[in-house]
Amino acid sequence: MIKEIALIIISVVFVNNFVLAKFLGLCPFLGVSQKTSSAMGMGAAVTFVMTLSSAITWIVYNFILLPGDANIIAKVFPSIREVGLVEVLKTISYILVIATLVQLVEMMLRKMVPALYESLGIYLPLITTNCAVLGVALLNTTDSPRHLGFLQATVQGFGAGIGFTLAMLLMSGIRERLAIVNIPQPLRGIPIAFICTGLMALAFFGFSGMVQ
Amino acid sequence: MSEQNNLKEFTKGIIQYNPLFVLVLGLCPSLAVTTSVKNGVAMGGAATFVLICSNFIISVVRSFIPREIRIPCFIVIIAAFVTMVELLMKAYLPPELNASLGIFIPLIVVNCIIMYRAESFAYKNKPLVSVLDGAGLGLGWTLSLCLVSAIREVLGAGTIFGLKVSESYQPASVMIMAPGAFIALGILLGFFNWRKLRKSEKTMKVYKVSMEHD
Repeated sequence: MIKEIALIIISVVFVNNFVLAKFLGLCPFLGVSQKTSSAMGMGAAVTFVMTLSSAITWIVYNFILLPGDANIIAKVFPSIREVGLVEVLKTISYILVIATLVQLVEMMLRKMVPALYESLGIYLPLITTNCAVLGVALLNTTDSPRHLGFLQATVQGFGAGIGFTLAMLLMSGIRERLAIVNIPQPLRGIPIAFICTGLMALAFFGFSGMVQ
Repeated sequence: MSEQNNLKEFTKGIIQYNPLFVLVLGLCPSLAVTTSVKNGVAMGGAATFVLICSNFIISVVRSFIPREIRIPCFIVIIAAFVTMVELLMKAYLPPELNASLGIFIPLIVVNCIIMYRAESFAYKNKPLVSVLDGAGLGLGWTLSLCLVSAIREVLGAGTIFGLKVSESYQPASVMIMAPGAFIALGILLGFFNWRKLRKSEKTMKVYKVSMEHD
């Protein structure tokens, strides 16, 4: 069990890093990686929301969307038992879960941990449109190559968040250096950031094949 | 609204407000699906369809949506059209194309271009102009996807639209993998920046010369 969880974490942090190998969450990755402190804040907020949303979307998928005896809606409408709601409601239900969750997290943090809320404040609303969050929810529930259990799905969400934070921190370190270097005028800003990301992705390519 | 203005709403999305190279939006799918021109066209088409439909509906119902909850409303409208596109593509396109686009079709929901146009254009303008605006930006995005994917496919696989470019060319397969995507887009963005800078330098020079003559 512990071995399996460790494998999932190594796989999503290094081998299939969400930013560098799967191209998910690039907008915040480039937008908020100018300073290490803000990169850390964004990474923490995303990891938090990703872990929670992976858990909740797994429950939604298995007990509301999938056809079968476990489906709650099938108890009221028996016809759902055969067809399920996966095809029609998956995307809409996931994005609603994520949007609600982000709002809820924002309200809870403001009441309970004001210090953390202050430091994450502006990044929280941005997370709804972070495609890495929806991406991990969709990947957890595609059932290929195999059906993930609740714990595996949540761990995969957490690991993906850690991988995102790692990529953000590395990038912010590079960009803090880039700010004081003489770069050709047309490449300043986003273009050079992309080229650096490409080189980072090349380095992370060395991990491929480590875990299947 | 005159015909000329309508045309302008359509064409501005292709060069002046090109979503990928000028606004730098919609990055994730632009990198992930541009391994071949076919994928790029399919992705661009799907996003354009969603963009036109969501712009139209949002602009029709814009007076009923309260300002405070407009973002959730936009998301639900967009998600409905994305589900439609997903089902249509599963029904009519070859399975291997669907497999290569993968989760990036449902991820159109969180594509910044669509949200951006909903918020800054469709919510404030009439249905017809919103449709034209959506069509223009969608076309602009599709064209830029084609450009990126053509470069990556030629360099990385040695083919274009699946046809071999040259017998003697040895493809550099890093270009169709993750690092090549980042580097190709970085260099392309740099190229467009360079063109913009040169243009503004030229106008500055003309301006200076005319100032001196005065």
